[in-house]
Amino acid sequence: MKLPIYLDYAATTPVDPRVAEKMIPYLTANFGNPASRSHSFGWEAESAVEKAREQVADLVGADPKEIIWTSGATESDNLAIKGAAHFYGRDKGKHLITVKTEHKAVLDTMREMERQGYQVTYLDVRENGLIDLEAFKAALTPDTCLASVMLVNNEIGVIQPIAEIGALCREKGVIFHVDAAQAAGKVAIDLKNLPVDLMSFSAHKAYGPKGIGALYVRRKPRVRLEAEMHGGGHERGFRSGTLPTHQIVGMGEAFALAREEMAAENARIAGLRDRLLAGLSGIESAYVNGDLDARIPHNLNVSFAYVEGESLIMAIKDLAVSSGSACTSASLEPSYVLSALGRSDELAHSSIRFSLGRFTTEEEIDHAISLLTQKVAQLRDMSPLWEMAQAGIDLNTVQWAAH
Amino acid sequence: MITFAPIYFDYNATTPVDERVMEAMLPYFSARYGNASSRHEHGRIALSALEKAREQVAAATGAHPTEVIFTSGGSEANNLFLKGAGASFREGRISGMADMAAIGATEHLSVLNAARQLRAQGWRLMQLPVDANGQIHPADVEAAARERPRRWSVMLANNETGVIQDVASIAARVREIAPDGGWFHTDAVQALGKIPVNFRALNEAGVHALTISSHKIYGPKGAAALIMDKRLDLATQIAGGGQERGLRSGTENIAAIVGFGTACELASSRLLERAKTHEALRERLETRLKASGAAIFGADAPRLPNTSFFAFPSVDGETLVGKLDRAGFAIASGSACSSEKSSPSHVLLAMGIPADLAQCAVRVSLGDKTKAAEIEGFLHAIQETAGKLGRLAAYARL
Amino acid sequence: MSYSAKVIDHYENPRNVGSFDKDDADVGTGMVGQPTCGDVMKLQIKVGKDGIIEDARFKTYGCGSAIASSSLVTEWVKGKTVEEAMTIRNTQIAEELALPPVKIHCSVLAEDAIKAAVADYRKKHGENQGE
Repeated sequence: MKLPIYLDYAATTPVDPRVAEKMIPYLTANFGNPASRSHSFGWEAESAVEKAREQVADLVGADPKEIIWTSGATESDNLAIKGAAHFYGRDKGKHLITVKTEHKAVLDTMREMERQGYQVTYLDVRENGLIDLEAFKAALTPDTCLASVMLVNNEIGVIQPIAEIGALCREKGVIFHVDAAQAAGKVAIDLKNLPVDLMSFSAHKAYGPKGIGALYVRRKPRVRLEAEMHGGGHERGFRSGTLPTHQIVGMGEAFALAREEMAAENARIAGLRDRLLAGLSGIESAYVNGDLDARIPHNLNVSFAYVEGESLIMAIKDLAVSSGSACTSASLEPSYVLSALGRSDELAHSSIRFSLGRFTTEEEIDHAISLLTQKVAQLRDMSPLWEMAQAGIDLNTVQWAAH
Repeated sequence: MITFAPIYFDYNATTPVDERVMEAMLPYFSARYGNASSRHEHGRIALSALEKAREQVAAATGAHPTEVIFTSGGSEANNLFLKGAGASFREGRISGMADMAAIGATEHLSVLNAARQLRAQGWRLMQLPVDANGQIHPADVEAAARERPRRWSVMLANNETGVIQDVASIAARVREIAPDGGWFHTDAVQALGKIPVNFRALNEAGVHALTISSHKIYGPKGAAALIMDKRLDLATQIAGGGQERGLRSGTENIAAIVGFGTACELASSRLLERAKTHEALRERLETRLKASGAAIFGADAPRLPNTSFFAFPSVDGETLVGKLDRAGFAIASGSACSSEKSSPSHVLLAMGIPADLAQCAVRVSLGDKTKAAEIEGFLHAIQETAGKLGRLAAYARL
Repeated sequence: MSYSAKVIDHYENPRNVGSFDKDDADVGTGMVGQPTCGDVMKLQIKVGKDGIIEDARFKTYGCGSAIASSSLVTEWVKGKTVEEAMTIRNTQIAEELALPPVKIHCSVLAEDAIKAAVADYRKKHGENQGE
């Protein structure tokens, strides 16, 4: 068993060797610029790009013409929200709705829209991480032009009821964007039947390469966007810039594999996750964050009370796991997602996100369980909070010295 | 049917990835796949690869690593500057500046269309005229500087003609006339790897930012950089996780960036040697083209050593390119972009070339794998093809 | 961010983890920090008849630096008089452990823990000390 054990598939995944194999020729022999219209180098690259577009569309029940390439889900989120809000905000009104547990790419884009004079409602979630449909309904105003809700949360893996949310948006003529970066290849998505207008995808969360993503833009009924990156008019004017053929080919192949293997892979991973959950259940005062049913099998997020998060991470350095979203883990702030669930800062700090993937083995899960059991016990032996809790002291009643 | 690989003469559109670059990249698809933002070992490995590449890019361009902001491509870097420079107002620096962008008339579409977007938002757009050789004149720079535009962008070398602008002198003139002047950017995408590009020297002359791209220098597509003076207050265009010092969010494309770093190192190590080889080949090409009646664009200006943009009068460029493709030579009728493909080159029109001649333009751009024998074969093919097409055109006029 | 070898050593092999009976007359207990700030340190000293600290114990909820800082001070206070222990400064702790700037607060907390433990001991012995 190779250490550290990688249980951070939600941060990124290795490129599947079958995907890498498909990509490599497009770096060397078939290196043409897909925008070169005058020779076979360009045409070959272009046809590879179009094949990949079909592969991506096929996984999510879209038409290839509805898929726009971007540099990644972050850019897709930016383009969807800014592009649609700029277009529809002019007539419909300048109110936007999102959720407090969205990815930073959505939340920071919303902040930017606020600076541009838009009003944004940031909806709370319930204790299980799911949004309250009534609250969403209540947030809709005649001025609402766009709502953005993620399909699968990156930290806690919960699946939001986007079909229901989309239906509410349709009723009110609100453009509905869904960040599906963590969802594609893990949950079935059928855009033919989902009331979703815009959807963001990423390749590197699904065994494709980094640096490539896509935005689904519905054609029937047609959804309009203002472009955010201007230039040669690539991607039908939605997004200019030379297309990175090898990365696009990689994303196409990764999504094609996901389509074929998702059902079997999900079942296998669910087995591993259940094993992990059962193993960790032996640890006292450990709490799962987020709903366990409306959740992808790949994710388990657990708070270990009475141990501090950073020391826990340090203790389990044989496990490559995340103590929050990868994008924010450089800071010492507690995860805003867990805070939104109503978790205390202490519990948020001591939470570990385990994200399982294609190459996770039973042996790795067993090792993770035994390591955690042992290290949590050691840290608790060292923890004055644990000592007090064992003595029956309610920590909430303790008067802490001012610091 | 006999098939053979066509000969590639379109290196300004894109280049194949150098084998050494490829070798450097491959581990980052498989074993070293971490996310550079992750705090565990996989993340640290990715982060250190990212920082090494940043150093390589900086070293190749005379910049400091902290001045390098990675983007997904040259177009994104150009957009980032054009839309973001000085967007968050800072007192003093911007007093008396006009909401106006001054750009060269022959800029790449990613600069031109980003600037047009500013115009759509109410900015003034001034295009600095060029002469028949594609060069901007100091008098025009001075006139523009007096209007105190907030943002400037003048390309170092043109992608179609290869014409080189004296960007350092232009920036210095701007600074002389408007010492508190706007932010000055140069698109060096085509220049890198073909002529020396030194950000420190340009920065001292008054250039604040510079765009370079990986896939023009035998690196992979999907990586580029905006190199920028840290005094430049830049508004982010892609918000999110706060990567690249908050200026450009999104998970870093480690494999491509590693390739870009290696490509930069290779590009700067054999620069003069490559330039000499290309120049000799182009000389050979152009001597014969001229003798056959071709007009060479920008021929009297300093040009990139690998680029030749020319026209056989009354031989339609796209038709010629199509025929040559069938004869086994991959060339271009202009820049490799999706739109405006059938209209004549805006670069040539800006140079005052009549539209009917501009319509005949074709571009040959040489690269590392180009051999003298290929030039000979090409000359043979183009003379024959252009001759035929020219006679057809003459008949058609009768 | 990377920890120094000394921090890692104290973190992996913490010295003097444990508790004394806080009601023992010879024991002074200091508890500082807050769970919401991510650090709580409990430091206990056992003082001999001659006023010399014979033994020390700690329990810490906190990051690696906080654990290392408290582990280190248990070693440092042993064999010192109560007065001498009071002269230990956070800067010495930070320097010894080569703490990065973002972790300086851990050493401050450790210094506070010593002061709190001594204060508790003195209180038990009816000694007055200024705040």
